[in-house]
Amino acid sequence: MSDAALAQRPGGPRLRGRALPWAPALTLAVMLGPVAAGLAGTVGPAFGWMPALGGHTLTFEVMRGLFDWPGLTRAALLSVGVGFAATALSLAAVALIVAGWRGTRAFGAMERALSPLLSVPHAAAAFGLAFLIAPSGWVARALSPWATGWERPPDLLTAQDPAGVALTLGLVAKEIPFLLLMTLAALAQARSAQGATTARALGYGRVTGWLKAVFPQVYRQIRLPVYAVLAYSMSVVDVAMILGPSTPPPLSVQVVRWMGDPDLALRFRAAAGALLQLALVLAALGVWRLGEIAVGRLGRRWAEGGGRGAPAVETALRLAGLAAGLLAALAVFAGLAGLAVWSVAGFWTFPDALPDALTLRTWERHGPRLGALLAETALIGAAATVLAMLLTVACLEAEHRHGLRPAQRALWLLYLPLIAPQVAFLTGFQTLALVVGLDGGRAAVIVAHLVFVLPYVFLSLADPWRAWDGRFDVAARALGAGPDRVLWAVRLPMLLRPLLTAGAVGFAVSVGQYLPTLLVGGGRVQTVTTEAVALASGGDRRLIGVHALAQAAAALVPFLAAVLLPRLIWRDRKALRHG
Amino acid sequence: MVEGARRGLALERLAITHAGRPLVALDIVVAPGEAATVMGPSGVGKSTLLAAVTGTLDPAFAMTGRVRLDGVDVTGLPTEARRIGILFQDELLFPHLSVGGNLAFGLPAHVRGRAARRARVEAALERVGLSGYAGRDPATLSGGQKARVALMRMLLSEPRALLLDEAFSRLDAALRDQIRRLVFDMARRDGLPVLQVTHDRSDAAAANGPVLELHP
Repeated sequence: MSDAALAQRPGGPRLRGRALPWAPALTLAVMLGPVAAGLAGTVGPAFGWMPALGGHTLTFEVMRGLFDWPGLTRAALLSVGVGFAATALSLAAVALIVAGWRGTRAFGAMERALSPLLSVPHAAAAFGLAFLIAPSGWVARALSPWATGWERPPDLLTAQDPAGVALTLGLVAKEIPFLLLMTLAALAQARSAQGATTARALGYGRVTGWLKAVFPQVYRQIRLPVYAVLAYSMSVVDVAMILGPSTPPPLSVQVVRWMGDPDLALRFRAAAGALLQLALVLAALGVWRLGEIAVGRLGRRWAEGGGRGAPAVETALRLAGLAAGLLAALAVFAGLAGLAVWSVAGFWTFPDALPDALTLRTWERHGPRLGALLAETALIGAAATVLAMLLTVACLEAEHRHGLRPAQRALWLLYLPLIAPQVAFLTGFQTLALVVGLDGGRAAVIVAHLVFVLPYVFLSLADPWRAWDGRFDVAARALGAGPDRVLWAVRLPMLLRPLLTAGAVGFAVSVGQYLPTLLVGGGRVQTVTTEAVALASGGDRRLIGVHALAQAAAALVPFLAAVLLPRLIWRDRKALRHG
Repeated sequence: MVEGARRGLALERLAITHAGRPLVALDIVVAPGEAATVMGPSGVGKSTLLAAVTGTLDPAFAMTGRVRLDGVDVTGLPTEARRIGILFQDELLFPHLSVGGNLAFGLPAHVRGRAARRARVEAALERVGLSGYAGRDPATLSGGQKARVALMRMLLSEPRALLLDEAFSRLDAALRDQIRRLVFDMARRDGLPVLQVTHDRSDAAAANGPVLELHP
């Protein structure tokens, strides 16, 4: 809409030359600027151009060097294999869970477990799983010696297995809750209950009917989140350092190793590797898209075939969905319990299920340092979250006042930072920072975190914001309140709960960031997350337990606040207490 | 005031179109203390008409004509500067404020001082038989009590005209008559021009003023 049209709208927004109409553009710049700059900073060195390190000519030598590295094929295959497997398994599990259990008591329990499951950072969940499945972990201890005959931990590579199975499972456990949340949001829009009921009235089994009648609509809505899961699983670094193989590691981990190498010449190769990682992700997204088309075609034929679903198959599928949901939740929660026990464990022999004695020694010894790490984590998280919330509220308010409603296509832009592999643009971001002499301090880390915090805050807040009853706005304005007063005195207080939830989501995302803190902070900004992941190779379980648990707590506390604060603040306001 | 202009709420050759197609066209003057009714089935554009008068018309609609209040053209003014009050079928009491807080929200800022403002709020509550309700959570009120609070909140904002958007349709028969009489009596006493839209004949009869029929 042109400015003239806006101005002519009777009683419409006054164009007072204020900043609000610029909010969407500013938000996009903040979010996509670093991505674009970072990608540019990756492409240059990948082809030998990095004046700061003496690279003044464009050459394919760097690329050739990358392809001569003997581990490359394996590292690339790991990235692709883990990505496809984790994405397909998570999506299948979520489809079966929703198809088989929606509307049941078990589903309600899973929905309640969703927020805490989502809040657990990837690294903490990965450590928890590693502790469970390690040769001396709870699983082996529970089965020994009566079932296995093991008197000492077996010499097996269960975590960090060369094929990346543990890495895949760790990712699946964390991506199931994410995709489930996205699916629930999509279900609300797709009038899915009617579709499912109609299918069952036509004689279809619960699972078969849902998959044939509802899933195609739902998938269209969760396509972008699925792409984000695929890209993330292919290029994740922290989880891969904890659960993935190490010789060779997945490509993204190798790139980070090259980035951290004292031999600065390897920075060129890191850039080339990062570029290859981006190419792999783009190719994988293309292949996935082709797969969508093929599956869609087969699915249509399957749906038109009229099969109602044999009872035995229905039961098997429902049980599979339940098992997947339970295992995912159990892996995360039991993993956290394992971390907690290790953090206070005294002497603990195999195969005892619990340590001989409990001690706070590890906590006490590392308490002061841990406090400093948590303070840094909270400072960065709070700053990134507050900035993200300000930009998001400004965008949504601009949409409300000026009718600047984004097109559906704009959703792609929001997902871009989640789909572009972190390693592909953060290496370039760091290289550029080096070139322009930018100090890689806390402020730079906050800017980098904001890139990832913003999309999640926006996605979390947009729906409740738009669902707010606009007649409250008319009522307040007719009482003489201007748009600013309506915003501060009516809309924001009424939306306190979703605002706090969005803040908690943003903070948890920031707490979980490993690579941006490591690369952009240049190793000088240390959070509880960078510290925990750095401990992975050392193998001191008590120390890892303390740090991973602290990381999980840092992400969880804001979620608790988001649940409890509205109850406290609105204890005398029935309509808002349990919004 | 413009010389020779009539007092009250005037919609001068007001016409609303949607995607170029005419939706509602109206030319009417409602005198102070008079209550006019626009009738018609749902979907005929009654609420859209009121949105045009309050200045909250969705951008998908276009309007021509003027809205004058006591002779002053308010067509270009934002909603909050028009001093046109409106009641909806839902009371839309702000759920985060107490009953007293809702009334104080409507009270203009020129009433200064905590004590003075509180006295005005308490007096307003007394006027509708709700003395001592200032501290209550609006969610705990009955339907009739909510309707009375919404009415007083609107009157405290010192409007110069009143719009009713199916304002009584949620109330049951006995309550409906009582609240309706209260609203029209108070509007008449304050000398407010009232424009109501409704699909209910008894609302029109209670208004005891000119009736305009809209047809799809």
